[in-house]
Amino acid sequence: MTVWHVILIATAATLALKLAGHLVPASFLERERPARIADLLTVALLAALIAVQTLAVGRTLVVDARVPALVVAAALYAVRTPFIVVVAVAAAVAAGIRLFA
Amino acid sequence: MPESDVDASIRGARRDGIAVGLATAAYGISFGALSVASGLDVWQTCFLSLVMFTGGSQFALVGVIGAGGVAAGGSAIAAAALLGVRNVVYGMRMRPVVGEHGLAHRVAAAWLTIDESTAVALAQATDRAARVGFWVTGIAIFLGWNLTTLLGALIGDALGDTRAYGLDAAAAAAFLGLLWPRLKRVQAGATAVLAAVVATVATPVLTPGLPVLVAAVVALVVGWLDLFRRREAVG
Repeated sequence: MTVWHVILIATAATLALKLAGHLVPASFLERERPARIADLLTVALLAALIAVQTLAVGRTLVVDARVPALVVAAALYAVRTPFIVVVAVAAAVAAGIRLFA
Repeated sequence: MPESDVDASIRGARRDGIAVGLATAAYGISFGALSVASGLDVWQTCFLSLVMFTGGSQFALVGVIGAGGVAAGGSAIAAAALLGVRNVVYGMRMRPVVGEHGLAHRVAAAWLTIDESTAVALAQATDRAARVGFWVTGIAIFLGWNLTTLLGALIGDALGDTRAYGLDAAAAAAFLGLLWPRLKRVQAGATAVLAAVVATVATPVLTPGLPVLVAAVVALVVGWLDLFRRREAVG
């Protein structure tokens, strides 16, 4: 599998999901439980991605400059700082720690 | 409703759409830079923004590939697809809003069905304003997101060694930014914490990419049994 294969298959899957909502007769997902699971699925995946992106290097867990950067990011989101500013500051924190440590 | 109020509500919807579009376009820079840092080239990065056009899935795909390489391709596809499941729900809600005007119209509406276009449409008071809000938001974000993705990808390409610039930490911060607005309810917060713990514990045991998918089981269990609801405030 090449990167293009991954991209094409994933894109076909996400487009099919978008079309499904508009074309397939609605009934199943309008029920409360499937809608709730779809909602929580997004939350669980994003949280898992944050954990892996912050702590994993391959299959090892490492605490490094990414952890303080994420803590700073959380503090900034809590005071309603715009997304792009938070992302830039998080990168700067990690880069700064690596430069001076 | 008097004609002037109708005009005002349409203008409001248009203004909302453009404001949200401009704000969201800024995310594109971080996506473009992170995608290139994860090993995709500029073309692949732009293809994702043009055709996939759903930020959460795009970030997930490049995040998993960045961590596990092409060997984690299956997990990257699954993570992107699972994050796209919410668009099915959005599509069903937007279907009566955009109306039934033939296949091309519906495909275009489906393509532009994302968090922001749905949110702006649902926030409008009238059907016409909802329709205007949906299309204006979708088109504004589509244009802005693709331009800034290209810009971010070119910047990422020029940077070279991205780890020195802290782009790995920026990716985590970007995911947190996508998650943050969804944490208003106790159930969502508990799901997020459990999923993060599961993914962390699974990391040394499973191949890169799979820990994220295993954590999705948390959503299935919590959602199916409707756990963590009692302490929620009403309203």
